[in-house]
Amino acid sequence: MGRGGRLTILGVLLAIAVGLVVFTVMAFIRSSPPTVDFTAGHQPGAPVDLTVQTVGSIGFGPHPTWVSYLTETPGGQWVHTTLWDLPAHTRVNVTVYQYDSGSPLRNQQFGQVTGTIGDRAMLNRKPFQVIDSNSGNGIAHTFSIPTLGISVPLYGDSSNANLCAQAPCTTKSPHNLVQFSFMTPGPGQYPWQCFVPCGLAYLYGNGGPMQTVGYMGGFLQVVA
Amino acid sequence: MSPSEQTHHFRRLVAIWTALSVVADVVFYFAVGPHVPPGAMTTSASGQQTDFIVLFMIALPVMLAVWVYMAYALIVWRGSGAGADDPEGGAKARGHLGIQVGWIATTTVIVLGVFVYGTVELIVPAGAGGGEGPSPIWTPASHDVLPIQVIGQQWQFTYRYPTFGGFETRQLMLPVDTPIAFHVTSLDVIHSFWAYQLGVKADANPSSDNIAFTTAKQLGAFTVRCSELCGLWHGAMYNFGRVLPKAQFFAWAQSTERQNAANTKLLPAFSYTYVPDANGADGGYYPDNVDPYSNVEQYGATTPSGK
Repeated sequence: MGRGGRLTILGVLLAIAVGLVVFTVMAFIRSSPPTVDFTAGHQPGAPVDLTVQTVGSIGFGPHPTWVSYLTETPGGQWVHTTLWDLPAHTRVNVTVYQYDSGSPLRNQQFGQVTGTIGDRAMLNRKPFQVIDSNSGNGIAHTFSIPTLGISVPLYGDSSNANLCAQAPCTTKSPHNLVQFSFMTPGPGQYPWQCFVPCGLAYLYGNGGPMQTVGYMGGFLQVVA
Repeated sequence: MSPSEQTHHFRRLVAIWTALSVVADVVFYFAVGPHVPPGAMTTSASGQQTDFIVLFMIALPVMLAVWVYMAYALIVWRGSGAGADDPEGGAKARGHLGIQVGWIATTTVIVLGVFVYGTVELIVPAGAGGGEGPSPIWTPASHDVLPIQVIGQQWQFTYRYPTFGGFETRQLMLPVDTPIAFHVTSLDVIHSFWAYQLGVKADANPSSDNIAFTTAKQLGAFTVRCSELCGLWHGAMYNFGRVLPKAQFFAWAQSTERQNAANTKLLPAFSYTYVPDANGADGGYYPDNVDPYSNVEQYGATTPSGK
């Protein structure tokens, strides 16, 4: 085989290698957690019940030590996702099982409940509007939808307790129960996030799970 | 081409260019000018709109000079048919003292004029809505300035009103006809406070008080966006504000002060900068002079009640 032939084969192999690398990178970038659909079979006017849990370490997957949210499907199965399809102009009753320890907020402003129905939430079945993140167990996470003005602080569990470290957690583990309701707006995509810098070992605590959809942030896909 | 023909062409070109330029500038000023961004909601926005209009009105005749000359040359001086004379140009066009001096003088005047105008407009009025750092040189003439602190954090802006008990809110409300000083800072990475319709843009740097001034002249809604790529939810880091009549603003401020009182007393004492903790979930939102890298959680010792 001549020099030209060898160069051609080399070029083809190089092109295949580059193609595989690009495909792998794009597949990784395009991968996303599953979406839990709360619109299927929804009756207009009826509220939607959304149940989630927060865990201090997910315990599986590529980042087992990261904090995360999980979502309970309408069928009662816990799924590692933060993407939800919700009907528009509908009351959403949120129940959060909070299994993580807390810390002070970077900005105590997010210790205040805003944007929910009645501007309040329930902590272990008692109403509250503000939590002092510098006392008690602090705040573990927040459930915040900035573009809708909704934010609810999630009170932390005692760090001395035997906390759940393998999701999905059950109510046998120490936890706090936080409940609130809000109204979905018109159709659109609304990002939500946590405002506690809970990405341990990342600068300012805002890397890792704080910057990855499926852990400490996601989307409300509100559909008509 | 004889000198008289050259003079004839030159006069005709100038006449066409002048007529078109006057028409274009007048049409632009009256038909387009009022719609040029960012509008006239504030003194700084109004100033920026005027600057864009002026620059366009300078640029239009320049653009027309090129187009008119090109069109004239194509129509009048084109070579037509076989055996036609080649158009004159090349060496004969060189060395014409009048053209050279005129070209250099005209472009010099335009460029230096725009340079001086742009430089002056960058500082008038009161910094033209840009962040001037912690020690502004250009300030409003009025001493009755309302300070509002803009706090950037991943990924939302919040606003503190020190003259109303230091309450903090996620809504930006402004009174009309009142000079406002935005004190822009950040609790984590670099953000940028960009209120487009207000003509205000100032970087939000941690541990830095970046001050920008403006005075709202029109009532209505405006949008605040972060214009510094700051992480995953940068694209969602926006909110809406409103310019209110003065009485309505004071009613809102006093009402919000009351509603947020329980949380306001938990906030750190008002400070123009805060030192964020770089240790991740270890907190905190510190007044200056607290070691951000301390292993000990110090927030509790520096809450307002402890000061």
